[in-house]
Amino acid sequence: MLSSLHKQLLNNYQQDFPLSPTPYLDIAEQLGVTEDEVLAAFQVLSEQQMISRIGPVIAPNKVGSSALVAMAVPEVELPRVAEQISRYSEVNHNYERENRFNLWFVLIANDERHLQAVIEDIEQQTGFNAMLLPMLADYYINLGFELNLND
Amino acid sequence: MVLDAIDRQIIQATQAGLPLVAEPYLAVANQLGLSEQEVLHRMADMLEAGVIRRIAAVPNHYKLGYRFNGMTVWDVDDQQVDRLGQQVAELPFVSHCYQRPRYLPEWPYNLFAMVHGKTEQDAERQVAIIAALLGANARQHSVLYSSKILKKTGLRITG
Repeated sequence: MLSSLHKQLLNNYQQDFPLSPTPYLDIAEQLGVTEDEVLAAFQVLSEQQMISRIGPVIAPNKVGSSALVAMAVPEVELPRVAEQISRYSEVNHNYERENRFNLWFVLIANDERHLQAVIEDIEQQTGFNAMLLPMLADYYINLGFELNLND
Repeated sequence: MVLDAIDRQIIQATQAGLPLVAEPYLAVANQLGLSEQEVLHRMADMLEAGVIRRIAAVPNHYKLGYRFNGMTVWDVDDQQVDRLGQQVAELPFVSHCYQRPRYLPEWPYNLFAMVHGKTEQDAERQVAIIAALLGANARQHSVLYSSKILKKTGLRITG
């Protein structure tokens, strides 16, 4: 089960993980524990995949060019197409969703031309059309997602 | 802010996560042949410019019990979308909120908001709160739950 230190680490460092020579020591001082305890607790969270990583979150489209892409693929073709798409290094999130548009993924490329080239390649390889949904506006509020870790 | 080659190297070296050691920025600096000060300064500048949105211990919602990840999509007036998008983004359970283009006739939705619930009822309650907030401004909406995560990595850039 999660200790109160684990919970504090999960809830309090979604925004402001310290950018300093000794971030874990800074956190230890903030929470009144030792640096080793903080490192060990993050190690557990990381091993159990409760955190996916500790590091910078890059704003979409500030570096390179990205878009959400949706495809409508017949159920029987879905495993093959999903597999083909996940193989591209430019694809990061790839989800099956319950809709006629049942395959949703995010493409990240170095620039717009690279993005278009990957889309065309995906359409050719899979034999299905891709619906390109780039972000037009990002309504980003600088608040952490509040985790309910009690049940 | 225009990123130079060194900024991009720093992003590439850190976007999948910092090493879990007492001095992670020093480890990155050593890997890239830079000084620790330079890595810290450049990351601070990118944070200030919004290229780096935040530095985070990024929770894995799914592993923490949030199994119902719903992409809610709404068809709202283009004149109102910025005002409404801001309001939806402020809801504490919405993790991302974006305006995206429509593809008529098969895709009429221009506002996307991600919700995360521990149960389907949780997620449905969240959808109902968004629906109430948007009221008649939402002409139609849909919720796409994820039935399978096929691939998930953080934002990646390549060379």
